[in-house]
Amino acid sequence: MYGKKVKLRILFISLLLLIISLTVFLILKSLEENVVYFKSPTEIKTLNEIQSKKIRVGGMVKKKSVVIKSNEINFVITDLKSEINVTYSGSVPNLFTEGKGVVAEGFLKDRNYLVATKILAKHDENYMPPEVKEALGDK
Amino acid sequence: MFKFFEPNKIFLINSKVTKYVLFLFIIVLSIGLLEALVLSPEDYKQSHSVRIMYVHVPAAWISIGIFSSIAFLSMGVFIFKNKNLSLISKSLAPSGFIFNIVALVTGAIWGIPTWGTWWAWDARITSMVILLLFYLIYLLSWRIFDNNDKAIKITSIIAIFGVINVPIIKFSVDWWTTLHQPSSINILSKTSIHSSMLIPLAIMTAAFALFSLLIFLMKYNTELIKIKNKGLDRL
Repeated sequence: MYGKKVKLRILFISLLLLIISLTVFLILKSLEENVVYFKSPTEIKTLNEIQSKKIRVGGMVKKKSVVIKSNEINFVITDLKSEINVTYSGSVPNLFTEGKGVVAEGFLKDRNYLVATKILAKHDENYMPPEVKEALGDK
Repeated sequence: MFKFFEPNKIFLINSKVTKYVLFLFIIVLSIGLLEALVLSPEDYKQSHSVRIMYVHVPAAWISIGIFSSIAFLSMGVFIFKNKNLSLISKSLAPSGFIFNIVALVTGAIWGIPTWGTWWAWDARITSMVILLLFYLIYLLSWRIFDNNDKAIKITSIIAIFGVINVPIIKFSVDWWTTLHQPSSINILSKTSIHSSMLIPLAIMTAAFALFSLLIFLMKYNTELIKIKNKGLDRL
């Protein structure tokens, strides 16, 4: 139904897209270290060396781990496999609560201890009215 | 195959349809805003700032959808040498561009009360900025190149290159760790938005889609008039 030229052009476009996709894939794959926004506590544990650069650690705030002192807040970030202690002085976002997602930016003292300079709350993908949440919580 | 895209016929149909689309858009937007701002409940965690989502998510969806359409049309331009398809893509671009900006701005506004920051260079947000740059360069190259044939070629190439970014935006939240939350609406797994919030989201998406259609029809007619004024019967 279509001429030979049309078929050739379709082949050309398909190959072009394939080439670009593969190139982009390779670039992103090699840059993965920088594309990820934060590391999990488990990944911190397996780090070869502790760099003095700023680093972001993300996970869940461990339940009953938040301790608030005069101008300092201590808590534990967990990914349910490993844990890391975090110290931070300053105000935390409103959505920062135990059992919810958090991203802490700061400097690693060792593989178990992070001094944070910024705390971000990570929101999850669940959206529901308070009544529904209560009903779910009762179960 | 492309008889349907006869400019003169389309012009007449467009002029009639535009009014109805405008009428429909106003109705759907009113219902959507009423649902989103008044009738829908607040979120258990974000409270009222969840309402930003009813603008943010449809705007993001539509800007991505329009760019994908432009890319597919551009492939059609290249494969079938049909210049009318490029006129359609040209007319689609402005509303997609605007919705891309809307998505980024509303995301920043939402980020302040929830994340505690208005900007993060995570994979989702960065890839949306890249999409915005693609829109920008696409729209600019239509203006820069006076020679119509050259403009058609260059804009098509830009759109075809840019479409690689679309799956990256979509899956950025699954492939890498991001500050942005993963998708709540999935085709394969359960949706994690409560139905009382899903309805306003769907209506607002319909409203935004109608707005894009309206802007598209108006822009397309303008382009057709431009061609007529140049004394050309067809493209």
